[in-house]
Amino acid sequence: MVTAVKEKTVAHNDLDPALIVRAYRVMLLARATEDKLASLYRAGMIKGGVFLGKGQEALSTASSIFLKKGDIFGPLIRDQAGRLAFGDTVLDTLRTYLGSAQGPMRGRDGNIHRGRPRDGYYAMISHLGALVPVVAGGLYARRLRGETGVVGVTSIGDGGTSTGAFHEGINMAAVEHLPLVVVVANNQYAYSTPNNRQFACADLLDKAAGYGIAGFKCDGTDPMACLETLRLAVQAAREGNGPQLVVATLLRLVGHGEHDDAGYVDAALRKANVGRDCLEVGARQLIAADLATADNISQWTKEAQAEVETALNKAQREKGPNPNAEDWQAISTEHLVDGHYDAEEE
Amino acid sequence: MSVTYLEAIRAAQEKALTDDPRVFIYGQDVGAFGGAFKATKNLAAEFPGRVMDAPLSEDAIVGLAVGAAIEGARPIVEMQFADFSTVGFNQIVNQAATLYYRTDVPCPIVVRLPSGGTLGAGPFHSQSMEAIYSHYPGLVVMTPATVEDAYSMMLEAVSIDDPVIFCEHKLLYYHLKADKLPDVAQPAGKARIARAGRDATLVTYSAMLHESLQAAEDLVEEGWQIEVIDLRTVKPLDTDTVLASVARTGRLLVVGEAWPWGGVTAEVISRVATEGFGLLDAAPMRLNAKDTPVPYHPDLWAAHRPTATTVAARLRQLLTQ
Ligand SMILES: Cc1ncc(C[n+]2csc(CCOP(=O)(O)OP(=O)(O)O)c2C)c(N)n1
Ligand SMILES: [Mg+2]
Repeated sequence: MVTAVKEKTVAHNDLDPALIVRAYRVMLLARATEDKLASLYRAGMIKGGVFLGKGQEALSTASSIFLKKGDIFGPLIRDQAGRLAFGDTVLDTLRTYLGSAQGPMRGRDGNIHRGRPRDGYYAMISHLGALVPVVAGGLYARRLRGETGVVGVTSIGDGGTSTGAFHEGINMAAVEHLPLVVVVANNQYAYSTPNNRQFACADLLDKAAGYGIAGFKCDGTDPMACLETLRLAVQAAREGNGPQLVVATLLRLVGHGEHDDAGYVDAALRKANVGRDCLEVGARQLIAADLATADNISQWTKEAQAEVETALNKAQREKGPNPNAEDWQAISTEHLVDGHYDAEEE
Repeated sequence: MSVTYLEAIRAAQEKALTDDPRVFIYGQDVGAFGGAFKATKNLAAEFPGRVMDAPLSEDAIVGLAVGAAIEGARPIVEMQFADFSTVGFNQIVNQAATLYYRTDVPCPIVVRLPSGGTLGAGPFHSQSMEAIYSHYPGLVVMTPATVEDAYSMMLEAVSIDDPVIFCEHKLLYYHLKADKLPDVAQPAGKARIARAGRDATLVTYSAMLHESLQAAEDLVEEGWQIEVIDLRTVKPLDTDTVLASVARTGRLLVVGEAWPWGGVTAEVISRVATEGFGLLDAAPMRLNAKDTPVPYHPDLWAAHRPTATTVAARLRQLLTQ
């Protein structure tokens, strides 16, 4: 059975106060981490690109904070916050950017292309959309193994919704009735390309009806709304209601990557509701709900920055991989490694 | 005034749009933004409606180009990185590449692939895909190594009636410069002797030309004269020029940045071994990237790809065996 599209903008009555605070502190930690990454990039200390999620912390945190051990999370470009909420660390983040041999990617891959698949934390490839069917596949296997109550969440941008893999993945998940939550961060642009060159439907949420799955809409700049929406979506998936599509509207408050000044972003959007900084919105919400004082928030901010500094000190002292000690093998089956090329080198 | 490799590609597209109303450009961010690398900078303003931002849909982008070509247009499509062309692979190798053979209707599309490794780019922004596309009948695969070729071969790519996979190397985009754009061009499909020599033939293409020329230069002190051939187009592959050179030198090294299994280097050696076995004084050699994904860390990347140092080392092996 598939649930009809229930387009709703939810209220936030049922959220656990401790979870709200935890979510906000994750957002602060993500922001502190990314601020540091930006300055490392400007100082020339990171090789390759730096792609940040500033402005998307609320949605990203909400995407994974309702997941439990044993669930699956497939984050994408703008998900520093969701990664941390799922158990990734600032240290592993910095290790991956700096190419430490001790990071999860061991210098073989970098930046946002990181994960620990054995822990349900899937490592994205760059090709957008490609992770949707992969997370669906993870869930499919869990079901084959008889595991119940497992949820998989993956995220994507407005641009990524135009890929074949997004379409095929969601359609397949719907046919298989898998507990997959796809979180679309509609930040109005795919690199420089605006929504009106990306899709022609009135709302990306309309796609849910086409796939026969449930859909939720939320204001991505509103942390409480993000949390409540994802709470419902994850719960619905966990309870066996099949795939859930969440569409949030927001704006990335940085360039596509740190090389990009985002000059193409419409100035009116920056001033509009979508251009709000979710950290500022969240601070107001916490204070209004008596969950924190302004002093608490500045204290947490300092603690987050200190945590980043500590991690950076450690990551910077770690060595990169040694090319001469590398095994230079891309398969795990020792006896099937094509050793010919090593011999050629002698 | 000087012009970079990237500017040459931009200028060629500008000329193609100017000269031929059938030409249009389609790809992600190619419009007002001018493309991820700025290869289409200002073209959208200069040619309204003919340089358009595409949705993030490589399969559909190539498919659209094929349809337009059937109707007489001459589309140039840009993949943001060569690596993402795998998402449009089916349309390239099954739709575009088979059209003429099956229907007698040619398919004049150009698929631009920003190719090859750069510092810190990692497994998905570094790939060299010329071998994979060359494997499929029905495609022309160009791999320009110089500013002049980037310009003239892009123009030729647009003018020929078949699908062209245009592998432009990102490492050359900004730093490779020429004094001016060429007036006359060597046709595609012909290799070029980039440096004459008598002791060994080094066949290469794209960015590896520059590592190879450096290696050849380094060996001069040791008394060796290396002939360096730039293939320019890897499909068709100019076997005659290669064989003629091997006939003079008796030794062959083939260098490529792509992975080692099969590929352009293997193809060149296979042709020389089968058609020019008697010309060889020593077993031919080749040098490629290592057989793993392209690594992110600069030290791993430097060891993964051939460099002037490793090319020179391989040449010494070849010359003394
Ligand atoms: C299949 C594919 N094509 C092209 C790219 C190059 N690319 C990287 S990010 C990006 C824009 C993504 O936009 P969106 O999906 O909206 O995510 P956002 O960056 O806005 O978070 C593009 C085109 C890619 N990664 N994958
Ligand atoms: Mg976007």
